Amino acid sequence: MTFKFEIEGGNFSKAGNASSAVKKILKQINVPPAIIKRLVVALYEGEVNVVAHARKGWIKVVIEPEEIFVNIEDEGPGIPNIELAMQEGYSTASQKVREMGFGAGMGLPNMKKNADLLNITSQVGKGTNVEIIIFLNQSHK
Amino acid sequence: MKINELVNILEGRVVCGEQFLDREIEYGFASDLMSDVLTLDIDKLVLITGLNNLQTIRTAEMADIECIVFARNKRIHPSMVELAAEHQMVLVECRFSMFKAVARLSAAGLKPVY
Ligand SMILES: Nc1ncnc2c1ncn2[C@@H]1O[C@H](COP(=O)(O)OP(=O)(O)OP(=O)(O)O)[C@@H](O)[C@H]1O
Ligand SMILES: [Mg+2]
Repeated sequence: MTFKFEIEGGNFSKAGNASSAVKKILKQINVPPAIIKRLVVALYEGEVNVVAHARKGWIKVVIEPEEIFVNIEDEGPGIPNIELAMQEGYSTASQKVREMGFGAGMGLPNMKKNADLLNITSQVGKGTNVEIIIFLNQSHK
Repeated sequence: MKINELVNILEGRVVCGEQFLDREIEYGFASDLMSDVLTLDIDKLVLITGLNNLQTIRTAEMADIECIVFARNKRIHPSMVELAAEHQMVLVECRFSMFKAVARLSAAGLKPVY
């Protein structure tokens, strides 16, 4: 099963709509709650990052018997130094983003914590691509 | 403690989820930073915050948090109630500062997350 969503950069009133829809789907197909939580927290952090830092984004969620694959791709400024961005507390978030309750520099480290596999690639001035994999059979871990 | 008791301790006003006041809560976490909230992995938690926007409710939804207290007399907007009701959350308005709200709940036995 594959599901796709679009994300509008800068629009905080819609931030989380895609993650919420994915959560609903995963509940319906009886994915264990602990796995749902890890996946939607990682996805939501990624979705908010697109809203906070980029112009436009696309989410693809592929549910397979063994794993759930998530791809979050955006058009935006990109991340010049991914290693630095992955550090807890590092944030370039604007004042507007901080007023919305984000910009602690915790999102990417938290995605890493919740995902079984996380892969981030980025081109400065073009955009960022985030891939998350969570195994449904936790013996893979 | 039950949410009902928490509401009394905080002299709070329940704005959403009247029917869920007998739910048990054990832990409290106070923050205006949603990314901090998203790092938690604990059940029976009440979030105490001063951030009254839709993202607070979204964050609680993702983190499976069922009760939110809005301290510092922050008002809960109708769009927040709508989303919270859909996810069966309890929303409470409280006129105390975050410090006072947390102190009272702690004295009443609510536990910290860490
Ligand atoms: N999709 C993206 N496009 C451009 N830059 C990004 C993107 N995602 C993250 N970044 C950069 O990486 C930094 C760290 O991201 P991270 O999610 O950890 O923190 P944050 O978004 O600033 O705050 P928080 O997630 O705690 O609300 C961001 O401040 C930003 O500079
Ligand atoms: Mg972030």
